[in-house]
Amino acid sequence: MRLSYPTNVKIIKVPCTGRVDAVTVLKSFESGVDGVYLAGCEIGDCHFIKGNIRAKKRVVYMKELLKEVGLEPERVEMYHIATSDGPRFAQVAKEMTEKIRALGPSPVRGPEKTEEAKEVFEA
Amino acid sequence: MIVGNRKPLEEIQEMIKPYKKILILGCRECITVCAAGGEREVAVLASELKLSRTKEGREIEIKEFTLERQCDYEYIDQIKPFVDEYEAVVSMACGAGIQYTAERFPQKIVLPAINTTFLGVTLEQGVWSERCQGCGDCVLHLTGGICPVARCAKSLFNGPCGGSSNGKCEVNKDTDCAWQLIVDRLKTLGQLDRYEDIIPAKDWKPSREGGPRVRIREDLRLD
Ligand code: SF4
Ligand code: SF4
Repeated sequence: MRLSYPTNVKIIKVPCTGRVDAVTVLKSFESGVDGVYLAGCEIGDCHFIKGNIRAKKRVVYMKELLKEVGLEPERVEMYHIATSDGPRFAQVAKEMTEKIRALGPSPVRGPEKTEEAKEVFEA
Repeated sequence: MIVGNRKPLEEIQEMIKPYKKILILGCRECITVCAAGGEREVAVLASELKLSRTKEGREIEIKEFTLERQCDYEYIDQIKPFVDEYEAVVSMACGAGIQYTAERFPQKIVLPAINTTFLGVTLEQGVWSERCQGCGDCVLHLTGGICPVARCAKSLFNGPCGGSSNGKCEVNKDTDCAWQLIVDRLKTLGQLDRYEDIIPAKDWKPSREGGPRVRIREDLRLD
């Protein structure tokens, strides 16, 4: 299966979405990303039993933090994608990219990063 | 443990408005356990403040530091070597820790990031509940181990009041009536006869009526 997905999506591998905490996500925004999504396994399929359920709850908390900071909460999302479901993975990457494009660049990136990002948004 | 809540970001932003270089100071004791002011929460607050400042286009430099305890001078003094590099300290300890930090560094602006709320327990991960109000004269032996001061909305010593219904308190339908709990527990312990004894009016002097309290153990003092 050779599926393409938007090149602006950078993948960070973690053992389980349960490993991702608010600090990691906030730090990503500090580094200048426009959005973050967690791609976890389907509910009920977690190798660590509840990692993806906990991640889902944490995403709700992260949205609250983004709101406090003055960022759109939609910039962080949780998706559940079966490990074998390549087409869905590509579809989610497209969906999230479109959503973030519609929101525009993150207002919290420094000026130099905004320049860099313009290319991506204007592409 | 002492339980507290992180203040809303807006309030903290307002407090630090004049500053460009701050130290966020966490505490590894109770406030870490109740997930309000430990190392992680320090990191979250630091990141939130940096993001919101970037958004405003105003710079901020933040040092994150978490002490073993913020209610003991030996630990607080660990920030001595670098505290002067910062315009203000945002403390994420309980009210006691925040004050003690301010007391140790009288020239420093020390700001609270925590609303300290109660002495309580962990009911389950992520849920904490009030149990004691530090009244200074414990009556748990009379009340089946359930505190009428902290857990009855009216701190009644001979309850329940007329508002107790189906085991719930009239003040909040989700809160157990402390006096229902007391009666049930006395029953379980076979001590229901105690319920017939009138508990005399409480002497509130050991509580806060006499002003701030001090505890001294002469045998432990060094001089
Ligand atoms: S009676 Fe006083 S000391 Fe005892 S648990 Fe209640 S508030 Fe705390
Ligand atoms: S209903 Fe029970 S807990 Fe509530 S105020 Fe009355 S006695 Fe106290």
